[in-house]
Amino acid sequence: MKAPARSQPLWFAYMLHRVSGVTLALFLPLHFWILSLAMTEPLRLDGFLLLTEAGAIKLAEFGLVFLLAVHLFGGLRLMAMEWLPWSASQKTLAAGATALSLLIAGLFLLRAI
Amino acid sequence: MSLNTITVTIQRGSGANGEQTHTDTFDVPSYTSQTVLDVVSWVQQNADPTLSYRFACRVGMCGSCAMMVNGVPRWTCRTHMSKVLVNNAVMIEPLRNLPVIKDLVVDMDPFFDKWVAAEGVHHGALSREDPIASIDTSSDSRTQANAGIECINCSVCYSACDTVTANEDYLGPAALQRAWTLLNDVKDEGRKTILDAVSGSGGCHNCHSMGSCTVYCPNELDPMSAIAGLKRETAKRFFARRK
Amino acid sequence: MLNLPLYVAQRITALLMAPLVVGHLAVMIYAIQGGLDSAEILGRTQGSLVWFLFYGTFVIAVSIHGAIGLRSVAHEWGGLKGILLELFMWLVGLALFLLGARAVWAVTYA
Repeated sequence: MKAPARSQPLWFAYMLHRVSGVTLALFLPLHFWILSLAMTEPLRLDGFLLLTEAGAIKLAEFGLVFLLAVHLFGGLRLMAMEWLPWSASQKTLAAGATALSLLIAGLFLLRAI
Repeated sequence: MSLNTITVTIQRGSGANGEQTHTDTFDVPSYTSQTVLDVVSWVQQNADPTLSYRFACRVGMCGSCAMMVNGVPRWTCRTHMSKVLVNNAVMIEPLRNLPVIKDLVVDMDPFFDKWVAAEGVHHGALSREDPIASIDTSSDSRTQANAGIECINCSVCYSACDTVTANEDYLGPAALQRAWTLLNDVKDEGRKTILDAVSGSGGCHNCHSMGSCTVYCPNELDPMSAIAGLKRETAKRFFARRK
Repeated sequence: MLNLPLYVAQRITALLMAPLVVGHLAVMIYAIQGGLDSAEILGRTQGSLVWFLFYGTFVIAVSIHGAIGLRSVAHEWGGLKGILLELFMWLVGLALFLLGARAVWAVTYA
C-alpha cells in the first residue's frame, strides 16, 4: 500500500526532530570518548582537534550544530504547543524554528572558517 | 458528459490467512463532477460485482465511504475525481492501519475498541429525577469541547497517523480527541478515569504532533491540539500530586 | 511506548537542557575562533567547579532525555517491546551517562 501523502510541513518537522535526535544521540558517544582522551591520551586529543581544521570536518560540525539547534527549537515549539495555551500558527512556528537553527549554525560556520 | 475513460486501480482481497492482496485495474467512463465513490460504484455495478466497499449517505455526513485515494485517506463521496487524477489514473485502497476484511472494507473494531479504552464514553452522574445540567456555552472548557464533538468516527485521522502505524497500542487521534471533549464537558464526572486512561502505554504521550490527523480530518477538526491539551492536563495533575 | 512518568522526565530534561544547549553553543562559537586545541579547552575547564556542574548536569539530563527519545524510536521503527525495550532504554541511558561522566571528569578534575 502506498503511504499517505506526507507533504505537509508538520510531518517534516516531526521527521526532522526525530532524525536530529537520533543523529545527536549517535554522535554523543564519539564526542564523549574524544573528550575523555584529555585524561588518557592528551596528545591524541590534540591530534583530533587538529583534524577539525579540515573543511569537511567544518561542514560536518555545521551539520551537527544545525541539528542541535533544530532539535532544541523544534522541541521548544512542541512544548509551547503542549504546555502553553497557544493555538495554531504551528507552521509559522515550525518554519521560524528551522530558520533560527540555520542562522545559528551559519554563525558557527562563519566563525569557524 | 464525456467519452473519456480513466484508469482505476483498486486493491482486492483480504491479506488474511496468508492470502496476498492484489490489485485490479478498470477503465471507467469519466463524467463531469464524478466522485471517487461514483467510480467505485460504477466498477461494482458494471465491471465487477464481486467488489466489496462501504458507503451510506453519499453526501459527506456519515464517514462510511472513507478509503485511501492515491495514498491519502479521504471521504470518497466528497472527493472529486478531477482533484485526484494523476496522468488520468487513480489508486484506491482500503483505509490504512485497520485490518482488511475484503477489498475496500476494513474492520473498524480496533478503532472503536480504542475509543472505549480511552474512556470516550459519557460518565454521567445525574438521573432523570435531577434537573438538567446547566452549561455555560461561552466558557473556555465548553469551547474546547465543542471543537471536537463533531467527530463522526470515520477513521480518516486514524489512518493518516504514522504513530498509529508504528505503535499498535497507541489509542489514536479520534479516541483521544473524544476523551478531551469529555474532559471539558461539565456534565462528565469521569475526569480521573479519563486522565488515567490516556496516561498509559498507549496514551496521549505517544503522539509526536506530526499533525496528519488535523490536516486530513474531513470535518476540519483538530485532534492534534486536543491531544496536546490532554498532555497538558495529565502533566498538571502529575505535578499537582507531587507538590 | 511512553507513559506519563517517562513523558514528564523527557520534557523536564528538555527544559533543563535548553539553557545548557544555548550556553554550549555560545562557548563553542567563541572557542573555535582562532583554532581549537586541548590547552585552550582545559585552560577553561580544568579545576573549574562551574564547568563541572554545568557539563555534569548536561550529561545527566541528556542521558535521561536521549534514552527515552531512543526508546520511542526503538519501539516505533525497531519493533522492540516488553522487557527488551526497557533493557534497551536503560542500557542507552547508562552508556550515555558513563561515557559522559568520564568526559566531564577528564576535562575538569582528572
